[in-house]
Amino acid sequence: MSSAVLPNAPAAREVPADEAFADLERRGRWLRNPSVVIGGGIVALVVLSAIVSIFWTPYDPLAVNPAHALAAPSWAHWLGTDEYGRDEFSRLMASSQIALFVGALSVLIATAIGIPAGLLAAAREGAISQVVLRVTDILYGFPALLAAVVLAAAFGASKMTVVLAIGIAYIPVFIRVTRSNALVVLNSEYVLAARAYGRRTFSILRRHVVPNIATTIIAQMSLLFSLAILAEAALDFLGLGTVAPTASWGTMLASSQDYLGSDALLTLWPSLAIVACVLGFSLLGDGISELREARRRS
Amino acid sequence: MSADESQPSPHRLPPRGEARGRLASSLRGAVSALLPLARRLATMVVALFGASVLVFVVLNVLPGSPAQVILGTQATPAAVRQLTAQLGLNKPLVSQYFDWMGGLVHGNFGISYISHQSIGGQIGQALTVTGPLVLFALLIGLIIGLPLGLAGALRNGRVSGSFIGAMSQLGMAVPSVVAGLLLIVVLTVKLHVFPTSGFPGWSDPWQALRALVLPSFSLGMVEGAIMSRYVRASILEQLRSDYLRTARSKGLRVGQALRRHGFRNAAIPLVTVVGLELASLVVGAIVVENVFSLPGLGLLLLDSVNNRDLITVQDIAMLVATTVLVLNLLVDLSYRLLDPRLKGTA
Amino acid sequence: MTALLSVRGLSVSSGPLELVRDVSFDVDAGERVGLIGESGSGKSLTALAVMGLLGEGLSASGSVRLGDEELLAASELRQCELRGDAIAMVFQEPMSALNPTRRIGDQVGETLRIHRHLSRKAAERAAVDLLARVEFTEPERYARMYPHELSGGQRQRAMIASAIACDPGVILADEPTTALDVTVQRRVLELLDRLVDEEGCALLLIAHDLAVVSEVCDRVITMYGGRVVESGSVSQIINEPRHPYTQALLATSKALSVSESSLGSQLPSIPGTVPSAGHFPHGCPFQDRCDRRVEACQVMPEMVETGRRALACWNPVVGATPSSGGEAA
Repeated sequence: MSSAVLPNAPAAREVPADEAFADLERRGRWLRNPSVVIGGGIVALVVLSAIVSIFWTPYDPLAVNPAHALAAPSWAHWLGTDEYGRDEFSRLMASSQIALFVGALSVLIATAIGIPAGLLAAAREGAISQVVLRVTDILYGFPALLAAVVLAAAFGASKMTVVLAIGIAYIPVFIRVTRSNALVVLNSEYVLAARAYGRRTFSILRRHVVPNIATTIIAQMSLLFSLAILAEAALDFLGLGTVAPTASWGTMLASSQDYLGSDALLTLWPSLAIVACVLGFSLLGDGISELREARRRS
Repeated sequence: MSADESQPSPHRLPPRGEARGRLASSLRGAVSALLPLARRLATMVVALFGASVLVFVVLNVLPGSPAQVILGTQATPAAVRQLTAQLGLNKPLVSQYFDWMGGLVHGNFGISYISHQSIGGQIGQALTVTGPLVLFALLIGLIIGLPLGLAGALRNGRVSGSFIGAMSQLGMAVPSVVAGLLLIVVLTVKLHVFPTSGFPGWSDPWQALRALVLPSFSLGMVEGAIMSRYVRASILEQLRSDYLRTARSKGLRVGQALRRHGFRNAAIPLVTVVGLELASLVVGAIVVENVFSLPGLGLLLLDSVNNRDLITVQDIAMLVATTVLVLNLLVDLSYRLLDPRLKGTA
Repeated sequence: MTALLSVRGLSVSSGPLELVRDVSFDVDAGERVGLIGESGSGKSLTALAVMGLLGEGLSASGSVRLGDEELLAASELRQCELRGDAIAMVFQEPMSALNPTRRIGDQVGETLRIHRHLSRKAAERAAVDLLARVEFTEPERYARMYPHELSGGQRQRAMIASAIACDPGVILADEPTTALDVTVQRRVLELLDRLVDEEGCALLLIAHDLAVVSEVCDRVITMYGGRVVESGSVSQIINEPRHPYTQALLATSKALSVSESSLGSQLPSIPGTVPSAGHFPHGCPFQDRCDRRVEACQVMPEMVETGRRALACWNPVVGATPSSGGEAA
């Protein structure tokens, strides 16, 4: 449409009730977005099961009971038992701890390094920005899985090598997202105005850039959380992560491989858990970006 | 004449000596097109160098002697010392690094400590499995992703469109391990359609292809789901673009307008996606090969990790990292080729 | 006399929201009609509805006749045959309206390839001729360029070239000069004026600026809140606007043209803002911002036609217009 030829007079009336309504509408938008509701619901469920499993699971997830090995689902064992007679449901619950731990810590590492580096590269043109970008180039060569293999070869497989590998692999993603979004804000006219008033770069980053890119970053965190869970499951499956007796969805999948013919359910349960958890985090991330897009358009 | 005509800067040629002027300008054009290319190549060489240092340092910082690992705990210190010298491991790390890099640059991957075989040969053998696997998976990903994404975009806002969107969202959440195991359960264990695992070798191409079907599908279906989302977004952007409306105002039907004006522009971001997907397929193959016991690069890599065959790990890691970085470069370059706005920009 | 383009009771809605309501107007062959109003008054949607190019989620009802053919009821195939051939459109943003990855000549000649089935070569030659007609000094060279290599005015002239390619009976121009530099606006407008003259085609020129319309057009239609509120000949509208909204538009338009000499003084503006779509008051859409509001305005006034003039207002401006000199009716 045409640019405003008629200068707009100040809004005719500003009724506080209107603003209260707008606030309600804003909250309503979050709850009406199916991605946010479904994704958030699944994430809440996973978090809940992880917390509960710290204090209580139906059975000890590590307790071996050869008499009940490979039992079918029943009232005693809701999802049956594995080859050592361990309760599947308990193991699934306990595994959610590991998934969330690896996801959270690796995203934390990636953001703790990636966001400041991205801001720095956006705010300081020239040498610093070049160095950050070249490091980003190098890290792009090491996707999470490859980084994990190298780290496992050097330090021996453990939960921490997985966390470190995924965290490092996602640093460049955060650098790039932060930098490009920050550059948009930094080149905007209100930041130019703030500069003209004599605001220092750090203060501009804090007051203008960070609040503006926060939603995008949070959406990205949620998406990468889901990818971290995918990577963790794959690495545990390969034996490059969590080690055997400890329950994790990936190790459960690995040990179920021997029973594909007889007890396919052993494969199904951890598969469903992984898919649901990944879906939850990616839906949540999508929903957040959708809402941000909608807000930007209106 | 208004400001209108003089605003852009298409280099005006002098009327006389036009041929010479044209030559000069095309030379200038070539230089301005090659300069960013050279710069981009240089940054990749730097990135490769950085990556190789990273791999080397991580795999060589730990104390512990490979000779000891090879000879076992019962070996005499003298034997360990002798083997260490023989392997060149008593040299300073820097010269070890250059020995390794020098070898790689000349295509010499070295000899495995463990199997005493040429690592280059083993990698070459493994690539005859991993290469076709990755290509088939990419093909399957495209066959699934392109039509699904197109349909999703054309049916946007309708129930069928939402259904397609939900399916691809679900597909993205399925790890290839899970896809592989579920395919095995259904198609191999229950229906006996495909062999479970292993690879008979290319001497029997038919059996070899059969062995690659399930692994390719496990990899490709997930990538197809991811691809469909990008295709959908890209096509939707075209459908909503002003120039597509212009094309329709000239009398083209939606489908024609999309074919003539939309696809090429939609392809620009999709080239990126395909390149990045290819990279993630190479990495994803590591997992899938282990699900199906395919003797490819992934299985070789994992065996090497388990045997602490660090040189092989080092070589394969470098190979994969190089592949990923080169793919990134190719994506970047093809972008410039497809989008006239980016010609000659850095 | 039957009109070439005849719009009757046209409404455009997005779900339950009516964005354009009951719009009716005629454009005779060779006639130039201006459609004015602020952003959000429904001008562009009206034009897009006439073209049958409404975006997703929008639907049109009513009647749009081109010659003796009903467009809204026509099949998509038939509409495609008419678009670009019998009726063409020039868009507001020449940058985004041109495909960034195709050459200018290619895009200008495309209309001919579609409707005259010219070969690629022939279309290219025709495109060069068309570019020359829209005053490109080196048409062969510009035909080989990409949109981003042209200036805004050049792009818009290329758009116009592609619109006139098939000698359409009607051209819809949606704010063709709004996105351009002030220095270039006049030139593009004059070009459009001359070409319409030469082709003898009808023009529906959408603008928010009365000055633009008064230069090119014979007749003016004022839209507000998705409705036509007034129409009449250019001299009638300029000299004696009857609808308070038209009067206000005219006042701001005049103020803008003199403001260069009187910088610093407050620009007159229409009080209040255009409500967002669907939030117009019941009855006359302008009542909230109108200083001539009366009780009756809560009911939508009927369109009353007197000769070539039409007006929908309960309390029209009488006599004392800004430029004065009108008689009371």
